[in-house]
Order: sequence, then C-alpha cells, then structure tokens
Amino acid sequence: MIQSLSPNKRASFGLLLFAVALVLAPWIVGHAGGNTWVRTLDFALLYIMLALGLNIVVGYAGLLDMGFIAFYAVGAYLAALMSSPHLLQQFPALAALLPAGMHTSIWLILPLGALVAAGCGVVLGAPTLRLRGDYLAIVTLGFGEIIRILLRNLDRPVNITNGPKGIAQVDPVNLLGVNLARTQELFGLRLPSVYLYYYLFAALVVLILFACIRLERSRIGRAWVAIREDEEAAQAMGVNTVRLKLLAFAIGAAFGGVSGALFASFQGFVSPESFTLNESIAVLAMVVLGGMGHIPGVILGCVLLAALPEALRASMGPLQQALFGQVLVDPEIIRQLFYGLALILAMLYRPAGLWPKGVAR
Amino acid sequence: MDGFIQQLLNGLMTGSLYALVALGYTMVYGILRIINFAHGDVLMIGALVGLSVIRLVQATWPALPPVLVLLCATVVAMAFCAVLAVVIERVAYRRLRHAPRLAPLISGIGVSLLLQTIAMLVWTRNPQMFPQLLPLEPIEVLAGGSAHPAITNVTALTTIAIALSVMVTLLVLVERTRFGRAMRAVAENPQVASLMGISPNRVIVITFAIGGALAALAGIMMASNYGSAHFYMGFLPGIKAFTAAVLGGIGNLKGAMLGGLLLGLIEALGTGYLGAATNGVFGSNYQDVFAFIVLIAVLVFRPSGLLGERLATRA
Repeated sequence: MIQSLSPNKRASFGLLLFAVALVLAPWIVGHAGGNTWVRTLDFALLYIMLALGLNIVVGYAGLLDMGFIAFYAVGAYLAALMSSPHLLQQFPALAALLPAGMHTSIWLILPLGALVAAGCGVVLGAPTLRLRGDYLAIVTLGFGEIIRILLRNLDRPVNITNGPKGIAQVDPVNLLGVNLARTQELFGLRLPSVYLYYYLFAALVVLILFACIRLERSRIGRAWVAIREDEEAAQAMGVNTVRLKLLAFAIGAAFGGVSGALFASFQGFVSPESFTLNESIAVLAMVVLGGMGHIPGVILGCVLLAALPEALRASMGPLQQALFGQVLVDPEIIRQLFYGLALILAMLYRPAGLWPKGVAR
Repeated sequence: MDGFIQQLLNGLMTGSLYALVALGYTMVYGILRIINFAHGDVLMIGALVGLSVIRLVQATWPALPPVLVLLCATVVAMAFCAVLAVVIERVAYRRLRHAPRLAPLISGIGVSLLLQTIAMLVWTRNPQMFPQLLPLEPIEVLAGGSAHPAITNVTALTTIAIALSVMVTLLVLVERTRFGRAMRAVAENPQVASLMGISPNRVIVITFAIGGALAALAGIMMASNYGSAHFYMGFLPGIKAFTAAVLGGIGNLKGAMLGGLLLGLIEALGTGYLGAATNGVFGSNYQDVFAFIVLIAVLVFRPSGLLGERLATRA
C-alpha cells in the first residue's frame, strides 16, 4: 500500500512516522528499560546531532574528517567555561565583575557555541583545502589530537581549561524558568530530568534535520555532491570549491558545537578524556555504517551504535556469567571488536552503508 | 635541561624508529596510494609478540644469554608481523584497490581497532613490562670538561646502529637487485609492469611483508628502550612515522629515512629548547603536537616533501 504512493507522499509518511516515534520513544523505552535507557536515548540524540554535522562534511562534501570531535569539545568547553564557577575561581578580577556568578543562559550559549565552533571549522579547514582524501584524514586527525592535548595542558601558565581534571559544576539547562536537572510536573505528567533533556535535544535535532534537508536540496547541497564526485569537473562547472568546502566545515562544526554545548550542560562536567580519537571514529562509524550522505541512514546508524554499548553491557555480562561462570571479556572490548569488524565488513561488502540513498524501505 | 648532545642522541634514537616505520608507509603509499592506517598497530603487535617470545624462551631456557633471547624474539616477531601485514593486505585492502579513496582508509581504521582489541584480549589492557636485555649502564658521551655530559646506553646505540644498517640494506635491495627493480616498476606503473612480466600482486604482497617486518623491529626496539609495551603504543608512532614519510616525500625511500631522522631531531630539540625557553610550561607534554604541526606545515608549504614524491599513476 505504501509502495503505491508517490515518492513525495512516501517521504511525508516517513517523516510523520519519525515524528511520532520521536515523541513517544522515551515513554516506550522508559517503560521497557527504565531511566538508564532513556539516558542512552539522550546520548543517542547528541550523537545524531554530531553525525548530521559530520554527514555534511563526509557524506555531502566527501571530506574525510577524522578530528570532528574537536568541535564537540570546543562547544562543550565553551559552555562549561561560561556557566561554571571555574573562570571566576581563576580570575578574581572577573569574579568582582560578576558577583552573581557565571551563569549564562542556554539561549546565549547555543548560538555562541555554534559560532565559535564554526570559526574553528574554518580555521581547521583552510589549510586543508588542497589536500587529497588520505592526507586530509590524517591532518584532521592531527587537529583533533592537538585540540585534545591543548585542552589537557592549558592549565599552565594560565589555568583556562583546568587540565586533566576538567571543569565541574557546569550549570544544567534552565529553560524559561524550568530547571531541566530536576523532575518537573508538566501538563499533568511527572517528567524526570532525562525526559526533559530528551525533549530539548529532540527539538534541536528537528531543527538541525530541517537545516540538513533544506541544504541537501539546495544549490549548495548539489555543489557539495559535485565536489565529492569530481572536484575538477565541479570547478570547471563554476563551483567555488574553496568557499563551499569551508562552508561544509563551518556548518558541520557548528552542529558539533551545539551538540557539545548541550552535552556539557547535560553532564555537568567536561574533561579532555571525553574527546578522544575513539569518539571521532565512533561518530565516523555511525555515518559510514548508517549510510553516508543519506539522512535516514545516518540516524539509523546513530541509534544502533549509540544503543550498542548499553545493549552489550546488558547482554554480554549475564551471557558470559551463564556460559563461563565469570565475565571473561569486558563488554567494552566486545564493543570495540564489533566496531572494527563492522567497519571492515561494511567497506568490503556494503560500502554505501546499511541504508543508502535510493533504497526504498 | 639536557644539553644539545643529549637531545641530539635522543632525537637520533626516536628518529631511527620513525624512519623504520615510515618506510612501511611510504612503500605502500607509493604503490597503492593508500595510507595503511593499521601499520602503527602492526608495530604494537610486533612488540607484544616479541615480549611473549622472550617470556617463553626465558622460561624454557633460562641459561640463554640475554642478547640471544632478544635476537630470537626479534626474528620471530618480524616473521609474525610480515605474515600479519600480508593477511591485512589480503583481507582489508585487496578488494578495495579500485574503490573510492575513503573505503580503504576506513577499512584500515577497522583493522587498527581490531588489532588493538586483539592485543587487549591477549595481553590485557595494562602496560606490560618489557625486559631490557641489553646492558643498561649509562655511557657518557663526550664527557670532556662539561659538567652535564650526555648520557646514553647500549640499547639506544644498538637501536640507531640496527636501524641504519637495515635502512642501508633496504636501499641496496631496492636500487641494486632485480626484485628492487620490480618494486620500482610497479610503483611507477602497475599495468605496464605487468606487461613486462612482473606480477604486481606478488610485489605488493612482498612490500607489505617487508613493511610489517620493519614495523615489528621498530616495535621491539621501542619497547626495549622504554621498558614497556601496551596495546595503544602503536598509535602515536604510526601517525608520526606517516608525518615523517610525508616530510621526506611520500613514495620515496630515502625521503622516508631522512624524514624519520629529521622528525626525531625536530621533536627532541624542539621540545628541549621550547621547554627551556618557557621554563617548563610548554615542554615535553606538547611533544606530540610538534609532529602534527610539522605535518600541517609540510602539507601547506611543500606538499611533495623534502625529496619529492614518487607515486604510482593510478588508472
């Protein structure tokens, strides 16, 4: 029955289904698994934001960025610095200026995070414009590592990032007077903090999705695909590759920064160890395995891979207990094993991902 | 602060290691135009396999002189990693030779993760102590009248000596033998080489094997110098060795050797003097950043490297 509808109607139906799933997900998951699983959903949404950003860089423009987590880190640290007591503790002059404490509203942090991250994207992208795919990958990896090392060491001579200890006591999100870190009574429903954050993240995911879909179907999107397929031909057709590549980096980075800022407020704590190469690879895996350049595929990849660690922990532990009487292999190791195998097998047998463009599902 | 000679020696030692690993990267990139992302982890496996062999030999024949134990471990590890590299090529890269460039790179990332996981499973996540089988007495270099003479030891000197002799051997192999000619031919144009009766696949397999063996050698020497081996030890040397290969000119063997030694020296001297200049604030904790900055600088200002590229022309 669905196949008989026109593609546009099918797309609208898909979107409707997605919207319904988005609204109901925490309740279904919460009843099935409890609040830990809703928390996993929250992280899945953060990863979706990240992956949509990386999808623009890798999926649309074809630029393999292996240091994408740096933008996540920038957004997170910015949010942490702007809404925690850390800076005031380090600089008494600043504390004198702000006697009420450093509490920036989320309405300011998010756009600022996006802007600063976009700036970083341009700075990181500018030297790489002439690089071939493999070199670009290693250079972006290098940038990601530089950011992480900087974050870990900028506690001397001036303590900006507090080094390996990270920044704690980051304010939770306070939206229109509602503190999202506490359970609230809204519309007659009791909503624990994880549910509140879920809906906030979901709203932002919808915004970012909207932006991505509009970009995909615009001249910019087509230009990106042209660059990805054959850069010289695109240039011959009058595409300004420099500007468009920088735009891809900037927009992708902006989404990463937004996600990072939300992460900092959600977790209440940031440290350099949340932003390692393994995280970059995890986001890359979500985009690649899900379906590079295809938004539904990317979302599918995110949901599967974000739920994976929790699922493994819940299943592998008891399974090994039952079979061997003790936990032989840490579920974390199994997760990494799975990632490695999945990446290799995907490239060998299904390079377009689980849900590539053009496959009617 | 350590003196110039000390930093020079340190730099030569790490540089020799980078050079050995860089050779693997540059040979593979020269022929196949792919970065073998798993190469650093082959180094790691080499070191850990060597460790296991040492433990086994020391348990079975405790009277054996330490140098012989180390030699035995090195030979076994090199053979093992040569085979490992060949397997990696066969499984992860062969089918993707004509795929878009992202595919072998991502596949390589997958292999890297896989190797690290296997290392975690077999040798646990904890750093393993690597026995230092060569004499450890410090040797003073150019003591002369200086108050702080540079200190080195047999392990470091052996590392430099072995690395240099291996590099010279490889150069002779590539420049003077028939097989070396075949390697250069396949690096220049695989299709025409096959018309000339050379089997590109065979050359590629042997290239990967040589690269793997060199990585294992570097891994064991690195572990000997630092006294430990663990599952993540291959990541940074891998990246830095790639930087060294690019610095010297990718695809160019002499370039890889030069790049490796140069990068080691830049790192050692750079962090030493920067640390002294800023009173320890920007010191060795920024050491890794040096390699990345060198990489970015080379790619922006002289992408073909110091000695120029030598790449295969892909169909």
